[in-house]
Amino acid sequence: MESKSCVHIRQEWDIVGARQLGRERAKEIGFGTVDQARIATAISELARNIYLYAGTGKICFTIIDDLEHKGLQIIAKDDGPGIRDISQVMEDGYSTSGGLGAGLPGVKRLMDYFDVISEVNKGTEIRTAKWVR
Amino acid sequence: MHKKLQRIVVENSDTIIKNWLEQVSEKRKNEYTNAISEDLFQSTSREFVNVIFTSLDNQGLTTELDQFSERLINLGWPLSYITDGLQSFRRVTIDFILSRSEQIDSEHFSTVLDMVDGWVDPIINRLVNEYSGSWENTVSLQRVALQELSAPLIPVMKNITIMPLIGTIDTERAKQIMENLLEGVIKHNSEVVLIDITGVPVVDTMVAHHIIQAAEAVRLIGSTCILVGIRPEIAQTIVNLGIDLGKFPTKSSLRKGFETALELTDRKIVRSKEKDQTIEHMLSSLNKE
Repeated sequence: MESKSCVHIRQEWDIVGARQLGRERAKEIGFGTVDQARIATAISELARNIYLYAGTGKICFTIIDDLEHKGLQIIAKDDGPGIRDISQVMEDGYSTSGGLGAGLPGVKRLMDYFDVISEVNKGTEIRTAKWVR
Repeated sequence: MHKKLQRIVVENSDTIIKNWLEQVSEKRKNEYTNAISEDLFQSTSREFVNVIFTSLDNQGLTTELDQFSERLINLGWPLSYITDGLQSFRRVTIDFILSRSEQIDSEHFSTVLDMVDGWVDPIINRLVNEYSGSWENTVSLQRVALQELSAPLIPVMKNITIMPLIGTIDTERAKQIMENLLEGVIKHNSEVVLIDITGVPVVDTMVAHHIIQAAEAVRLIGSTCILVGIRPEIAQTIVNLGIDLGKFPTKSSLRKGFETALELTDRKIVRSKEKDQTIEHMLSSLNKE
């Protein structure tokens, strides 16, 4: 069974919209409050990255429920400037915007699956998922 | 030519109104205005069509139109009622005029369209403007209301101030939190400031970053900042994100934070004996009854 829904990120308040939809989905699948908070925080980070660096993009949620595992997949996609050096942004403390630089490595730690595909001047796609235990 | 057309319309206004009302009522059956009673719908539609005709008589927009739109907005009628209504009015009127015309060529056709458009379009524009104006007004009022709520600072005791934060923190709000915090610390001469994040749903790196900056700024002007109201799930996400909040004290609840604040200002809560006795007295008198 798969169901998909997306939130477009155009302004700062869309981050809240994405977060709320993600939290709702997480609740539906049966995540506990701690995992709900983890998922909401991860969405917040991804959505903020889109807002800060790419301007516009979208966050899509897919509920995965098959024999192997059950969980929530989140795909953050934008057509922004892309990431030049992925290993650098995955380092703690690296930030080009004066932030804490914990965003992407943080998301990786918050979630169970994490993958970045990025091409300079083409855009970035981040796929991440959390499984219900 | 326009005058002639107008005369046809005015002379046959009853027929046009009748046709229009029929069409609008027909449309209504499967539409948005279901919740509105039949009587109210009919009387409003009649008034609507009268307003349209007065604007033709007066050759332009009227105060009746303004009053009518104001009332519709207050009642919360959907904008689509107005746009759909005027759209069908345009159709009905054009159909009617064309059915009365002896010769129909493209020139006549365009004159009719021109006349009806010149009549109906300003009304649509005015009503849509009124509606969107009222929405913009509501949004800006809400923004102001939200801003007033966004970063309150409460001096609870001499030298101790609390800032309770509820809801999402965005860049604008983070700026205000910082300003109010620093201003308040100076104004109330606070030694300790408690920032309560019980009501903040998500603490991501941006929110944490702003809180760290605010706490650091408070430290620079000589006060201590205590972060309170860290729920267990928030504590876990902060650890997962790898955010270091070790530079200032943090507490799970406002109560614990407040106790620490009292300690820092060399005070503590002591129960006065007298009160104890009166309560015991009251309890014993209750037991007697």
